[in-house]
Amino acid sequence: MEGEVLNSFLKVEDLNVFYQEQQALKSVFIEFYRNKVHAVMGPSGCGKSTLIRCFNRMHELTPGTRVTGKIFMNNEDILAMDPIVIRRKTGMVFQKPNPFPTMSIYDNVIAGYKLNGIHLKKTESDRIVEESLQKAALWNEVKDKLFKRGTFLSGGQQQRLCIARALAMNPEVLLLDEPTSALDPKATKHIEELIVELKNTVSIILVTHNIGQAARVSDFTAFLYLGELVEYGTTEKLFTVPSDRRTEEYLSGKFG
Amino acid sequence: MKSSNGKTIIFRRIILLSIIIVCFLFLAMFISLLVASFPSIIKFGISFFTGSTWDPVSGQFGALPFIIGTLLTSITALLISIPFALSIALFLGEYFNSGPISNFLSSSMELLAGIPSIIYGIWGLFVLAPVIRSFQLAIGVPPLGVGIFTASIILAIMIIPYSASIAREVIGMVPEELKEAAYSLGATRFEVTKKVIFPYSGSGIFAGILLSFGRALGETMAVTMVIGNSYDIPNSLFSPAHTISSLIANEFTEATDSVYVSSLIEMGLILFVITIIFGILGRFTIQKLSIKD
Amino acid sequence: MKKELTEAKLFINNIKDKFFTVLIVFLSIAMVIPLILILFYIFRNGIMAINWELFFNIPKPTGETGGGVSNAIVGSLILIFFACIIALPVGIASGIYLSENKSGKLAQIARVTVDVLQGIPSIVIGIIAYIWIVVPSKSFSAISGSVSLAIMMLPVVIKNTEETLKLIPLSLKEAAYALGVPYHRVILKVVLPAGLSGVLTGILVSVARIAGETAPLLFTAFGNPFFSTNLFKPIEALPHIIFKYASSPYEDWQSIAWGASLILVAFVLFLNLIAKVVSKKWKVKF
Repeated sequence: MEGEVLNSFLKVEDLNVFYQEQQALKSVFIEFYRNKVHAVMGPSGCGKSTLIRCFNRMHELTPGTRVTGKIFMNNEDILAMDPIVIRRKTGMVFQKPNPFPTMSIYDNVIAGYKLNGIHLKKTESDRIVEESLQKAALWNEVKDKLFKRGTFLSGGQQQRLCIARALAMNPEVLLLDEPTSALDPKATKHIEELIVELKNTVSIILVTHNIGQAARVSDFTAFLYLGELVEYGTTEKLFTVPSDRRTEEYLSGKFG
Repeated sequence: MKSSNGKTIIFRRIILLSIIIVCFLFLAMFISLLVASFPSIIKFGISFFTGSTWDPVSGQFGALPFIIGTLLTSITALLISIPFALSIALFLGEYFNSGPISNFLSSSMELLAGIPSIIYGIWGLFVLAPVIRSFQLAIGVPPLGVGIFTASIILAIMIIPYSASIAREVIGMVPEELKEAAYSLGATRFEVTKKVIFPYSGSGIFAGILLSFGRALGETMAVTMVIGNSYDIPNSLFSPAHTISSLIANEFTEATDSVYVSSLIEMGLILFVITIIFGILGRFTIQKLSIKD
Repeated sequence: MKKELTEAKLFINNIKDKFFTVLIVFLSIAMVIPLILILFYIFRNGIMAINWELFFNIPKPTGETGGGVSNAIVGSLILIFFACIIALPVGIASGIYLSENKSGKLAQIARVTVDVLQGIPSIVIGIIAYIWIVVPSKSFSAISGSVSLAIMMLPVVIKNTEETLKLIPLSLKEAAYALGVPYHRVILKVVLPAGLSGVLTGILVSVARIAGETAPLLFTAFGNPFFSTNLFKPIEALPHIIFKYASSPYEDWQSIAWGASLILVAFVLFLNLIAKVVSKKWKVKF
């Protein structure tokens, strides 16, 4: 990445998040770049999920949440926009795969359109479904059973379906909240390979508690601890010569 | 986007309105009953409850015979039902938790609970009453077949599935550890039931009795068919009588003048208030029991 | 000496235990007997009255042959239909509110209210509908009957909807929110469809319950010897005609009452069966 021009598209300025009286994030400043994979790692309770959920304003679903600071996506403050608008520009994949149980695989992929009442012509929806499933490396496995329920797939396949569902909306950024925690090692490997491929199409922010995963797939890594951004830099540098002692201790397994 | 926000607001308002309607419904019901009972309340006051003459012709309305009739049938039904309900609750909750026998009994109780009241009534009148009549002949009592005793039996059969399910729910709240501790000390199932289950769920079972009593008080059609329709204060278990609900069922459409109607409505108000009190007491006790652990 | 006492005590305990077990089993199984007797007599006496006339003719005065309960069957269906139209929207919406608002003063008050509503005797509900509708309109009517049945359906629908929707996992709603779906669509297009089997079961169970109710109809729908589909006039219903005919001294009418009883019981049991099937087969697993 030496000498490469980095295109910043998401900028966090002085972000503080409070759940009732508890402060989950303290004065976070961080920046994310187009077509790169950014890992956010740290021990349980460090605030990494809180951070990623601010990017599509999902933190607002928890009552009693207060936020100060600014988050700029393409120079617009997310926190001042209509949450629905921002959610349609971002895609999120959750820890436990959650395809809609009453919908077929086909309908699950275009759920973002269907549920929002956006009407697509059949040729259009067919195209979106195939493209998204191809990008999610799931097309070949399900092309013959598009109209079966999504819940009949294996855990790894369901998660790729959720990725396809997110990609179908052409998001600016893909937010992955511990996407492989609930999957077996083989499925995890598939998803990790997929993440590396996908960065050519979309920017990715990945929350993970798996240090190895962060090292394997990401270009940039952020280390959060007790709500503070301790260190952030290229994965190569952070893993080989971390600047902060806490980062070093976390990487060597002294706590987790 | 603006329109979807608007729709969301409308949606939230609709579901809020619905729940407010439900709460007001109850309030409106109480007020309506109260207001419609006023003529009778004003005219008779306390003597409504103590008077034993119910004579529409002369305009005298005393509800005592029917209050007694209601209490007698409900209490008798309750007493009959308790051993059966507790047995079923223990059977399904402790002795045979699963398996074909358990499913069979469980399904039977559900079926019994699903049979409409009028069906119990017609069966009571044509099948049970003749049996009771023979029984009464055998023991030298006037062979009416109908009356408080018959009504109590039908009522008992009707409330047993309900009280059994409450008792089962309550018995299920007894913590496994408590029972296991007793069993591992060598206690028999009878001893565990007597010394662990019943003490722990005692108040819950009592609450179940309260709720079942409330249920029995309000039961109308089955009782109406076999109660015997008498205006006198019943003097024995085999007497014919009227309950509050059977009286209303029989006379409401015949009631001509406003005081008559108002008196019947006042009886309905009494029923309303009593069943609510028992219902709230019962539910409150069960809630306290479930919070206990 | 001590050892003998202990052994004797154990022996007695054992006897007590066995006796108690036998008692429990006996009393429990005994409860199945009334069920069998009731179903048997309904079937036996009812089947004798089952014929075409029962289903398709209207009632005839006693002494004349060929009376039927067609007006009661249709009347019951009409009463149930309009009771659903009144109760279902309010009931389901209220159930949604309660499942979405776990705490909060209004929700707590509402839950107690729903519980209390469920315990109100059906005849008192009939009185209410009488006061609210029959008196002002100066006429018995199908609509007043439907209102009283709707009030009876309400608590069951609300509770079932609330219990079903509470079980829908948060992850499903989050998936929809993350796609930019607004709140009302999350509930209507994701949560409600996922809980459809439970909500439907609640509806079927409450319909089964009101199908057999007589007391609330005594002074609202009132009954009608003729065939009527007019909402604003009195209407006949199955449980009501059973009451009227079974209480009469005429044997031919009593026989019709048994036939109608068989129809009613079959209908109610059928609905409960469908409810069970829906509950198991259509249940969405998470």
